[in-house]
Amino acid sequence: MGTTLAEKVWNDHLVRKGENGAPDLIFIDLQLMHEVTSPQAFEGLRLAGRKPRHVELTLATTDHNTPTVDIDKPNPDATSALQLSTLAKNCKEFGVRLHALGDPDQGIVHQVGPQLGLTQPGMTIVCGDSHTSTHGAFGALAFGIGTSEVEHVLATQTLSLKPFKTMAVNVDGELSPDVTAKDIILAIIAKIGTGGGQGHVIEYRGSAIRKLSMEARMTICNMSIEAGARAGMIAPDEVTFEYLKGRPHAPEGEMWDKAVEYWKTLRSDDDAVFDKEVTLRAEDLKPFVTWGTNPGQGVPIDSVVPDPESFTDETQRAAAKRALEYMDLKAGQPIKSIPVDTVFIGSCTNGRIEDLRAAAAVMKGHHKADSIHRVLVVPASSRVRLQAEKEGLDKIFKDFGAEWRNAGCSMCLGMNPDKLVADERSISTSNRNFEGRQGKGSRTHLASPAVAAATAIRGMISEPADL
Amino acid sequence: MEKLTVVTGTGVPLRRSNVDTDQIIPAVFLKRVTKSGFEDALFYAWRRDPNFVLNQDAYRDGKILVAGPDFGIGSSREHAVWALHDYGFRVVISSRFADIFYGNTAKNGVLAAIMPQESIELLWKLLEEEPGRQMTVSLEDRTVTCGDVTLPFEVDDYVRWRLMNGYDDIDLTLQHEDDIVAYEKMRAEKFPFKPKTIPAKHLPEVKVESARPVPETPWAGPISDRK
Repeated sequence: MGTTLAEKVWNDHLVRKGENGAPDLIFIDLQLMHEVTSPQAFEGLRLAGRKPRHVELTLATTDHNTPTVDIDKPNPDATSALQLSTLAKNCKEFGVRLHALGDPDQGIVHQVGPQLGLTQPGMTIVCGDSHTSTHGAFGALAFGIGTSEVEHVLATQTLSLKPFKTMAVNVDGELSPDVTAKDIILAIIAKIGTGGGQGHVIEYRGSAIRKLSMEARMTICNMSIEAGARAGMIAPDEVTFEYLKGRPHAPEGEMWDKAVEYWKTLRSDDDAVFDKEVTLRAEDLKPFVTWGTNPGQGVPIDSVVPDPESFTDETQRAAAKRALEYMDLKAGQPIKSIPVDTVFIGSCTNGRIEDLRAAAAVMKGHHKADSIHRVLVVPASSRVRLQAEKEGLDKIFKDFGAEWRNAGCSMCLGMNPDKLVADERSISTSNRNFEGRQGKGSRTHLASPAVAAATAIRGMISEPADL
Repeated sequence: MEKLTVVTGTGVPLRRSNVDTDQIIPAVFLKRVTKSGFEDALFYAWRRDPNFVLNQDAYRDGKILVAGPDFGIGSSREHAVWALHDYGFRVVISSRFADIFYGNTAKNGVLAAIMPQESIELLWKLLEEEPGRQMTVSLEDRTVTCGDVTLPFEVDDYVRWRLMNGYDDIDLTLQHEDDIVAYEKMRAEKFPFKPKTIPAKHLPEVKVESARPVPETPWAGPISDRK
């Protein structure tokens, strides 16, 4: 029996096989850090008198708690300022490379790794952030960890883990041109549920996946966690190598050839068996929007808010009922009749250059609807911001009436001042529509950048085809 | 880490599925750089509701939380476990836990016990019939006792062993120092192309201009408030 991609990467990192029910010990090639989940880990090291084992396999940036305006002024929030300065202090003390706010390499940690060429096929990558699964787009085994594990990796460069189960998600066929990576992953989560991938690494396969760009692949792997999976992966191919070539930390010359030779072996064998398998036909997919308070509660944009009574599972029925109440929606209401207050384009899911291009292409020549309170466009990293400005996208956004911000997580998680107020409704290109995620009492509809942009023009949930 | 063998205390029925870590502790509390003092942040939004289970006197000193399926989904924030622990919870029972949350519990002396949804429904019934009812969770026997009912739960053998002994993960790993050194040597030979973050390599330095706040435009408030 053959081996899956995830198993191959796992086996190449095995420090020690667990015996008698003990977990395996696996080596970690890269740990990414940010200000929120690291202070207690550094403090733990300090208290135990330990040092990081491999600072050269560690990189820090600031993203979750950084402002997206006035970044050259003192941070008016003292608690946030302390958290940011604590990271700077810790990095200095322990010798960890840091890209802080104002540095062109600052940005959301899951954009910074790939753009520097530090995220490469076949690596194990961890970060104290659940969306670390993003890096799986390169054929890396990448997953989120808690702060205790952040400390464990700092101290030992390993993690003690039981092998993950494997799951294949096949998307075969031809996508319609208005269907994006975000729609694919929202459809997958709606199909398998928020717990469907629990304990598994999902490998996304099939002809529709192979045709996607690296940015689109990152969007898909990013939201694997929303299906409950430990990680998402896509086997590396020419698209991957093309993206990596010439990036600052990509191998060069003879090392590049050696690396590519190894990377090409990183695919599931034809006779590999997955613990679970799910198949979607690309032709069946449509732009997708969530109506509820977990990412599995989504439907095609041209359908209606479902009736809770239509769910056979009692738990799902209760969850749907509660979600409709929280979201102030009625069963049977067309999705396209829902008016929104705020539009957020950004996050580690959809804040990359391709996403900004897609939003700008829809917005060009239009102005936001008068009923829309604000449109925030937040690039995933400072480099993405600079690239967008080089292409003139910032001008399109400003002419549209949108706010063009500095890089960071921003309104995705409502930790910095970019928040919704109670009952305010957003359409958001981010990854979570949980109760209060974007601010206490906020209501979130998840969608692709193109749908978010079309919604900003019409004031109610819309797709570009409606314009 | 404190040892955990038998826990007796008030059981709290939380009739909700998909309890995500944003509900357990909202992001605003993640600005703190400390590891304790999160008890007030636990279920922050829900606790504003006077009918919420933890606002009822009988359940206020809860020690064992009995929740619906897919508990702890979403963000990896270990603060969720710290908040549960700081409030007084030592055990969370659910039919299914999100992986990262599950891993985080065991590292903080909190037991995540897995039981079938039918057992959860039965416990909910018992705890609601007699609010404030004491339950006992025995990690030794892998059982939950509530009134006259004793039910089995699932727990990973290794997690159980660590919790019962209060072992620290880093200490356990460092017992395998020789294996780590051997792997590092092999890695350097077999994978010389793997990247290092230091020395840093960059694209050319460019100045990043600050964005400025856009002046507030008059806004009639959320659409839902405009009647």
